[in-house]
Amino acid sequence: MSTLKTLNGNQTIAEAVRQVDPDVMAAYPITPSTAIVETIAKFKADGLISGEFVCPESEHSAMSVCIGAASAGGRVMTATASQGLALMWEMLYIAAGLRLPIVAGIANRALSAPINIHGDHSDTMGARDAGWIQIYSENCQEAYDNFIQAFRIAEHLDVRTPVLVGLDGFIISHSMEVVQVEGDEKIKDFVGEYQSVYPLLDTSRKITVGPLDFTDYYFEHKRNQMAGIENAPGVIQQVGKEYGEKFGRYYGFFEEYRMEDAETCIVVMSSAAGTCKDAIDELRNEGKKIGLLKPRIFRPFPAKEIALALKGTRAVAVLDRSACPGAFGAPLFTEIRNALYDYDPRPKVVNYVYGLGGRDIKVEHFKDVAEKLDKIAETGKVEEIYGYLNLRE
Amino acid sequence: MKKETWKELTIGTINLEAGNSVKNLTGTWRSGHKPEFIEEHCIQCFFCWLYCPHFAILVEDGEVKGINYDYCTGCGMCAEECPSKEKSIVMVKEEVKLAEGGTE
Amino acid sequence: MVKLKDLAQMEDRLVAGHGMCLGCGIPLIFKVVLRATEDPLVIANATGCLEVCTTIFPRTAWNVTWIHSAFENAASTIAGVEAMYNALKRKGKIPKDKTIKFLGTGGDGGTYDIGLQALSGTMERGHDVVYLCYDNNAYANTGGQRSSATPLGASATTSPAGTHSPGKLQWRKDLTKILTAHNIPYVAQASPSRWQDLYNKAKKAFEVEGPAFLNVLCMCPTEWKYDESKGVELAKIATDTCVWPLYEVENGKYKLNYKPKEKKPILEWIKPQGRFRHLFKEENAWVLEEFQKKVDEEWEELNRLASI
Repeated sequence: MSTLKTLNGNQTIAEAVRQVDPDVMAAYPITPSTAIVETIAKFKADGLISGEFVCPESEHSAMSVCIGAASAGGRVMTATASQGLALMWEMLYIAAGLRLPIVAGIANRALSAPINIHGDHSDTMGARDAGWIQIYSENCQEAYDNFIQAFRIAEHLDVRTPVLVGLDGFIISHSMEVVQVEGDEKIKDFVGEYQSVYPLLDTSRKITVGPLDFTDYYFEHKRNQMAGIENAPGVIQQVGKEYGEKFGRYYGFFEEYRMEDAETCIVVMSSAAGTCKDAIDELRNEGKKIGLLKPRIFRPFPAKEIALALKGTRAVAVLDRSACPGAFGAPLFTEIRNALYDYDPRPKVVNYVYGLGGRDIKVEHFKDVAEKLDKIAETGKVEEIYGYLNLRE
Repeated sequence: MKKETWKELTIGTINLEAGNSVKNLTGTWRSGHKPEFIEEHCIQCFFCWLYCPHFAILVEDGEVKGINYDYCTGCGMCAEECPSKEKSIVMVKEEVKLAEGGTE
Repeated sequence: MVKLKDLAQMEDRLVAGHGMCLGCGIPLIFKVVLRATEDPLVIANATGCLEVCTTIFPRTAWNVTWIHSAFENAASTIAGVEAMYNALKRKGKIPKDKTIKFLGTGGDGGTYDIGLQALSGTMERGHDVVYLCYDNNAYANTGGQRSSATPLGASATTSPAGTHSPGKLQWRKDLTKILTAHNIPYVAQASPSRWQDLYNKAKKAFEVEGPAFLNVLCMCPTEWKYDESKGVELAKIATDTCVWPLYEVENGKYKLNYKPKEKKPILEWIKPQGRFRHLFKEENAWVLEEFQKKVDEEWEELNRLASI
């Protein structure tokens, strides 16, 4: 039965885990995702889940346990953040290379140094080339919905690629919200039975998993791996649609907010998109033709769809919650600007880095951005292609 | 040997053909020496089988029958460890044949 | 007592055509150990000589279910496989009467050094797995760099002997003791030169409920630099000099499995190996003395523990 529950982001992930009841859950506690692990441990202690809960001695081992367990043949999840994800780095690539449909909840947090426990996207953005599907959540409800859909996407036989679901550290992971929690049976039914592909535990097959490739096979195996994530877009759409039909909340690659006749647009992911919506409402009330595009799927990047949504605007500001030192812009910006390259006419695109280490972003900051976009749209000139929001200069 | 295209490979870098390394003939590595089996001296202790790193001791019907030169690399441990009064495996000189590649 | 003749007629789980060196000790160890259980087996192998030499795609020397994921995590990987086995068994997805055994393995690099944390975690959590370290005293796969298992005075590429250095300056880490301190049901040290002892230990390790650890000396002609036909003999000398004592710790109780009638001087171990050649220079005499002293102390301590 569908019920309304007051939960924070970590609890919604744990609640989704309880309902899906994966076969193996292996995770190491780290702020701000600790409560996910603790809640799962308590569910296990109270007999509410039937899978194995493993509490390894590090995140590296947590992901290694997940890799062993997923290769063995069953449904597997983990959760982590920041330094924990960084410690998993090596194994993230291996999970993707072995095509293991592991699902990870990531309470996005800044990377050291300096050490900081608050929300930004440096952790998952650093993992953007690891071969994982990346889904970002605006609020607790989305974190819950995304996490459940992640199993279907990861485990789809055409995809077989690990998925991480991001929820902003503290801002979402620790904020209470009223969340529509669907019935246990309905969720189990939606996720379905796990289908094994070459499981180690079918010992009659005597397979060799993870062999050594020389120059004659590595390239082909990597290309073969990429096919999985290339197949993901159709599956993501299908799963998002089916989820909507079942539970009333539809999901796609991104959300468009008041984009119908927008001349300027702000692109921002995750929790900041909620604040941005308020800013857009105020600006619309002032008569400005501005909209928001909130990417949900960052990997695989829905380049064509985003370009089509943005190409009719005159100026776009892409807001990144991570920096990319030495690069021509932060990750989301480079993707979007690249996606628009083949369209003519195309909007001017600028980049603002915001919110590092949990720095607030408020309605006023979005309004500042809107003002700059207006100027660009008016003059067709960009004075500053890359800047920072709410930073003491 | 025709190599697969990327589309033909099994997903997840998996090798489904257990033990197909037997097609690699490590015997081509031998350089100058090979063991020779002298059946009449053999006491069937199986030490040669035990101490052969390349699985090159022929065992048939529960008896050591000789050397499989397809795999023998000529390390000499079998001869060294052979405990029979008169050695049933001795290392002998072998003319080096330049092999073409290491696999069949 | 098992006979070699019977073992020889069992199916090979590691087969011919692998690329390990002439005279390598690794296949000798696995030939015996993989016969010590008749149950289906899943192996998780750390990056290293064994992994690299057996799985060059599209060939594999494994006639048993096998996985490699990385260097430092064979223990965590096999723990994950075992966790899934437990989950699926509980859920009835694996028949109740089906038993699968689990083996994690790596060299001394993957076990003593980079994989120690993962190994410690897996042992402490009590996964029902066997972990086997084939200790060839060096990072042999990458060309013979020092490890914490490399003996005092050995010249390795990252602890080379030179005009100002007698090779490795530190005494080796006692990993078997570290594993014993995990209070797991079974810990043992073995050698391929004593196959019966190795077989018995592997059998116990597979049969015991809970984690078991085997530390097996593995001769390496490439990095130890000796005549490769003499490997088994050298492994015997290691036990006769008490450089590598054979013992086991079962539920905390120490037992010596081999006491040489006459303990040989370490020189018999050192002389045939090129990695120790420089120790015979006058200025390095102290290393040999120190080596003997340490071996004597450890042997004495082991005898004391075994007499408790």
